[in-house]
Amino acid sequence: MEKNVKKGNAFTNNPIVKMIGTQKIVVLGVIILLAAFFSVLSPAFRQYSTVVSIFDYSYYVSLMAVGVTFALITGGVDLSIGTGTIAAGLVGGYVVGHYDLPVAVGMLVCIAFGLFLGIFNAVTVAILGLPPFIATLGSMMVARGLGSIMAGASSITWPQAGTPNGWFRSIFKINVGGKMIPIGFLIVIAVVIIMSIVLNKTRPGRYIIAIGSNKEATRLSGINVVKWHSLAYLISGFFTGLAAIAYAATFQAVVPGTGAGLELDAIAGAIIGGTSMTGGAGTVGGTLLGVFVMSLLKTGLPFIGLQANWQQIITGIVLLIAVFVDILKNAKK
Amino acid sequence: MGEVILTMKGIDKSFPGVHALDHVDLEVRKGEVHALMGENGAGKSTLMKVLTGIYKKDEGTITYEGKDVEFTSPKEAQEAGVMIVHQELNMLSHLTVAQNIFIGREKMSGKLINDASMNKAAKELFAKLNIEIDPTEQMGNLTVGKQQMCEIAKAISHESKVLVFDEPTAALTESEIEELFKIIRDLREKQLGIVYISHRMDEIKMITDRVTVMRDGGYVGTLDTETSTKEDIINMMVGRVIYEEPKTKSNVPADAPVVLEVKNLNAGKMVKDVSFQLHKGEILGFSGLMGAGRTETARAIFGADPIDSGEIIIGGKTVHIKSPADAVANGIGYLSEDRKRFGIAVEKTVAENSTMASLNHFMKGIFIDKKKEAQVAEKYVEQLKTKTPSVEQLVVNLSGGNQQKVVIAKWLVRDCEILIFDEPTRGIDVGAKSEIYQLMNELVKMGKSIIMISSEMTEILRMSDRVIVMCEGRKTGEMAIEEVSQEAIMHCATKREG
Repeated sequence: MEKNVKKGNAFTNNPIVKMIGTQKIVVLGVIILLAAFFSVLSPAFRQYSTVVSIFDYSYYVSLMAVGVTFALITGGVDLSIGTGTIAAGLVGGYVVGHYDLPVAVGMLVCIAFGLFLGIFNAVTVAILGLPPFIATLGSMMVARGLGSIMAGASSITWPQAGTPNGWFRSIFKINVGGKMIPIGFLIVIAVVIIMSIVLNKTRPGRYIIAIGSNKEATRLSGINVVKWHSLAYLISGFFTGLAAIAYAATFQAVVPGTGAGLELDAIAGAIIGGTSMTGGAGTVGGTLLGVFVMSLLKTGLPFIGLQANWQQIITGIVLLIAVFVDILKNAKK
Repeated sequence: MGEVILTMKGIDKSFPGVHALDHVDLEVRKGEVHALMGENGAGKSTLMKVLTGIYKKDEGTITYEGKDVEFTSPKEAQEAGVMIVHQELNMLSHLTVAQNIFIGREKMSGKLINDASMNKAAKELFAKLNIEIDPTEQMGNLTVGKQQMCEIAKAISHESKVLVFDEPTAALTESEIEELFKIIRDLREKQLGIVYISHRMDEIKMITDRVTVMRDGGYVGTLDTETSTKEDIINMMVGRVIYEEPKTKSNVPADAPVVLEVKNLNAGKMVKDVSFQLHKGEILGFSGLMGAGRTETARAIFGADPIDSGEIIIGGKTVHIKSPADAVANGIGYLSEDRKRFGIAVEKTVAENSTMASLNHFMKGIFIDKKKEAQVAEKYVEQLKTKTPSVEQLVVNLSGGNQQKVVIAKWLVRDCEILIFDEPTRGIDVGAKSEIYQLMNELVKMGKSIIMISSEMTEILRMSDRVIVMCEGRKTGEMAIEEVSQEAIMHCATKREG
């Protein structure tokens, strides 16, 4: 290392720590601590079914979080992913149930709806130049209303496991001799690897980071910033569609009017995992770890007697802490 | 100097209401460093923007490598070999050095970016330029000087033949400037044509071969640097002789009371055991090289940064300054070196800026008394001769010198007795400079006391009644103006301690 470059301490200079990233190691430690904490306090937590429900909860949040990581890295945010996931799940399920179509069509509809939302956000943010927070707050409301209208304002039940159309539920969880195996985790890992490569090793990813780092400098380098800025929101929309499929596969029913607040779980996950609110920095792998922190909290808190309202309070506080740590990190630079 | 590589002839450009360029000529030869000089607003940047296709010219011809050209975008100019190294660096702080250099033209293996081969190419590039930078380091971790080297390397990697440097030394330390000049001389050897925009007269003499001077959007003339004097160039820039002699005698009476005394001040790494006294009606110059700790001292006194130890005595009483609000309450006003970031609200009007530090005197119940605000603002516009159509003008529309006057007005409205001027004329053109100097002289006549931090030797010699020199956070010299010489200051400014 050169002398004009700031030095880290022994921990951050360790080659393994360097390769994985300091923040990810710390988050991994937090996950282990949390799991130990819940296990000690609640014997009921130490069950196989708890692991399954932690994974169940993590699938759709992970997918949302992977998508929103791209929006966050541009220095923006996408608040429409929560209600968007529910809306896509409603519309997809409605199409399957009402027109008696194969479930695969419903899944495609989910993705199409997510992409539509992504295009909507790309137009308002990347093309019209609206502030991302307000623009996606708007599309969050639009998605909530649109989902309810298109699905006819009643709960939507996707085909159940065991029925001919219910095969899609075993994408994420298979029943082996009465025991549920959460294989969805493999899918999430695969997605994370692919999107990590997209972010770090391809031009679109490089330009999305560049936009978040310094948009004007990126533009002056002859790069089409509108195009790549738009792509970040399209990716976020696409993953909203995938999250809808995961949600439908995990839960019995999709209920209109819900979904507000899910985006915060995903965004908190991304930020805990080291994605910067100010853009330019973040990793997909870190996001996945961050989501696991959220997932552990969501699943674990009821075991120590803290119910839904407390979960919301804790989610809010965890989000604030994560953002504060992000600010401290930036201040150090 | 070799053959002519770039000729701009009769370049004319108008914006609504402004004739920005009036038939300007510029000729650059291979292997020459060509200074482009002029006051702020003379049209240097506009001319360079026309060259690189950011603006479209109305009239005139650009001949590059023997062919008439008209670039339509910086990218097109870049591809042809004409590139600007910007004053504000266009860096992507989150990406690595190599990723920055090759942004927009990444080396690929199939669909994936090949960072290893980019690192290797960057390393070879740096070796060619004798620059020592690790291509895998994050851009944001480098010093400003190193970042600029990366910009230059990027320009070279584009096979540039004409390079424009826009005030390249503004943010560099002395040693970085030396390194930069070495590289520029090296590029001259390699037969590049270099356009060098700078306000620093001593640099022009040091590094350039010819000087083209612009004034008010027009072409004034071109000189050989070697055979012309500073005065020749300044005369061409302003159209009048303004170069003034240094002060020879302090204007402060020997029995002037001490208004501010700082005893053994320590703050952070950059302020170590600093002590000094400021007298009523005195201009106390703070000289030193960049990074000597002068601004940090000022910020500590002003409460902008925490004080570790030491005593500040104002008017005979020890005061505890924990925030700028405390400092202002004790009658200290601070004019930041970075006006736009810390000194002024550019999107607000002259009147609003003038009263910003003393708004509680302009309240009618819970509302701001706009009438009184305007009256007071007008009074100071008149007194300071601020050039503005009205006090309702947004500050962003004023020139640098007039913005500085608005900041001064802000502290005068607040009745500050001690004013700290941090680089008062940085980025201000020569004409407005002498007005600011005049103003400072009037302020001390009114009984105000001024601490003036300046990196310009001529400014220190011309304005100060007494000079304090700092080096690496310590006070290394204090002298009355009668005994000051450039050599004495430089000697103290480089007096490093173990």
